[in-house]
Amino acid sequence: MKAGVAASSAAEALFSNPLRSLLTMLGIIIGVASVMVMMSIGEGAKAQIEAQISSVGTNVLSLQPGNMNRGGRNQGGGSGRPFNEGDVSAIGQLPFVEAVTGTLSGQANAVSEESNWTTSIQGADASYFEVNNWRATEGREFTQQEVQGGTAVALLGKTAATNLFPRGDALGQRMRVNGVPIEVIGILESKGQSGGGGMGRDRDDVVLAPLSLVRNRITGGNRWVSRHVSNIQVLVQDGYDVMEAQDELATVMRERRRVEPGAQDNFSVINFADMIKQRAAVAENMSMLLAFTAAVSLIVGGVGVMNIMLVSVTERTREIGLRMAIGARGGDILLQFLVEAVVLCTLGGLIGMAIGWVGVYAYAQIASAPMLVSPVIVATALGAAASVGLIFGFFPARRAAQLDPIQALRHD
Amino acid sequence: MTSTASNRPLISCRGLTKVYRMGDQEVRALDGVDLDIHEGEFVAIMGPSGSGKSSLMNLIGALDRPTSGEMWINGRALSEMSRDELADLRNETLGFVFQQFNLLARQDAFQNVRLPLRYARKEIGDIDARAKECLELVGLGTRMDHRPMQLSGGQQQRVAIARALANRPRILLADEPTGALDTKTTVEIMHLMQDLNKQGITVVVITHENEVAEYAGRQIHFRDGRIETDTAHPELRRASGG
Repeated sequence: MKAGVAASSAAEALFSNPLRSLLTMLGIIIGVASVMVMMSIGEGAKAQIEAQISSVGTNVLSLQPGNMNRGGRNQGGGSGRPFNEGDVSAIGQLPFVEAVTGTLSGQANAVSEESNWTTSIQGADASYFEVNNWRATEGREFTQQEVQGGTAVALLGKTAATNLFPRGDALGQRMRVNGVPIEVIGILESKGQSGGGGMGRDRDDVVLAPLSLVRNRITGGNRWVSRHVSNIQVLVQDGYDVMEAQDELATVMRERRRVEPGAQDNFSVINFADMIKQRAAVAENMSMLLAFTAAVSLIVGGVGVMNIMLVSVTERTREIGLRMAIGARGGDILLQFLVEAVVLCTLGGLIGMAIGWVGVYAYAQIASAPMLVSPVIVATALGAAASVGLIFGFFPARRAAQLDPIQALRHD
Repeated sequence: MTSTASNRPLISCRGLTKVYRMGDQEVRALDGVDLDIHEGEFVAIMGPSGSGKSSLMNLIGALDRPTSGEMWINGRALSEMSRDELADLRNETLGFVFQQFNLLARQDAFQNVRLPLRYARKEIGDIDARAKECLELVGLGTRMDHRPMQLSGGQQQRVAIARALANRPRILLADEPTGALDTKTTVEIMHLMQDLNKQGITVVVITHENEVAEYAGRQIHFRDGRIETDTAHPELRRASGG
């Protein structure tokens, strides 16, 4: 009953001066909108990073020739002497290695009966599917026999498949890659973009074929290293410390590549999952900063609400006196103004949420990021707004409740 | 309903003193007033402005606290009551009528009369029915959805009286209730007060008009914060139309 009195008089007070109410809400609107945008971008980034980690796998190490950190400068992968298949099989002998694959990648021009498409070609052995946890969704994967025999078969990534065979009948078709006729035996599951923010390359734009076929007939061999591979990927056994595996791989490779003690590695062992986690930590710091900004905005908004509530109490002193004269207790008056402040802030919160939703939607469109507006985010944003009303409305409400009835009644 | 004529007065004041500070000056608005008002009385409190009659009204109405002295309403000492208890007393036992009506401008007559019912702690039953009943009692049953601005001064004061009656108070306190009304409307309002008094409600009216005071059965004159005269006035001015 008492809450009913408070709610109806709160609504009446707010709508009696809509412009003032709106201006008062502005700080809350901005604060809630930024809370919402901040949280959904943060959660989106987190989800994306988690997806990347799960697509890379937390126990996959990648070896590239050339030191990525020589002299403190990043030389980029692939700038040193390439690996060869001997390195791959030596790594395969190590006790902690579950599986290993050597790959060779390059650009190629693929031609089907319908279309002509420049794409990346990846040569690999049959372990590739397991190590990268990348499987065929249609057709089959190539076998180790086909790899050894250099059989002219290939799997297509989703993007390459749709561009080469727009009618969706890629499976079993023939195409020419740099002039070499190859049969499509499978379609790989979709992996999406690598890296975040729409700046990575499309990992589905790929032709995956047996290593020997690619080296012998498409990209060509290396002048100094026979049976070379450009990249080695190692799947570490479950339960084995990945950092330790990283060190042991480095030791083995130093020995095989005859690196003098004390000299720099001429190769790199990369832990992608670790790199992604570091990026996640940066993203976390960023969203902390945004959260701080949102909190400041909410506090500024709260001070605005407190200010206008104090004005409102002064303007309505006579009304407060009258309510007291006909039997309102201090608590009734307190509740009335507190509800008014909370309603004001919650209304501002709802408007802010609508604006924030538009912001999140716009961000998702521009950055082609996933849009995440979870119930938790909505509840947090609204809860923050209502709490601001409660905290900053309390002082004005208490001032109203403590008015002396006769002083208030005589006020003009 | 005749007066129950209990020995205990409904309102009782002893040595009631109210001192205001205005800068360096002390103003003794009430100076040791002793007064008893019994249930069923119709009392007019008169006197020039500054004589202390409004201060007395505010104290009886539990809106203000005395500087010294004690007062009892229905046997309860007001000095011993908390703020909330005083609020409940104003809600349940007292009904106020002000010179400037003091209606909430943005609410219609019905909502204004409902207000004290909504603040009530005791069980009331159907609030809407009671508010309607009170408006019908003051003759405004057909104007319940009118806002104060849409009503004449006399009608507004009737709404205020209906609001004062909503919680069935034992005492009706009216501070210059006809001060803002013309002569014809004044007569109507005073007849209404007389009727309410006949139904057993104790009425205390503050006025400086003799014509208004003539409706009361007892006239108390104040001067300089003290009671100057306190006279029974048995020959009441009668309602012309009944």
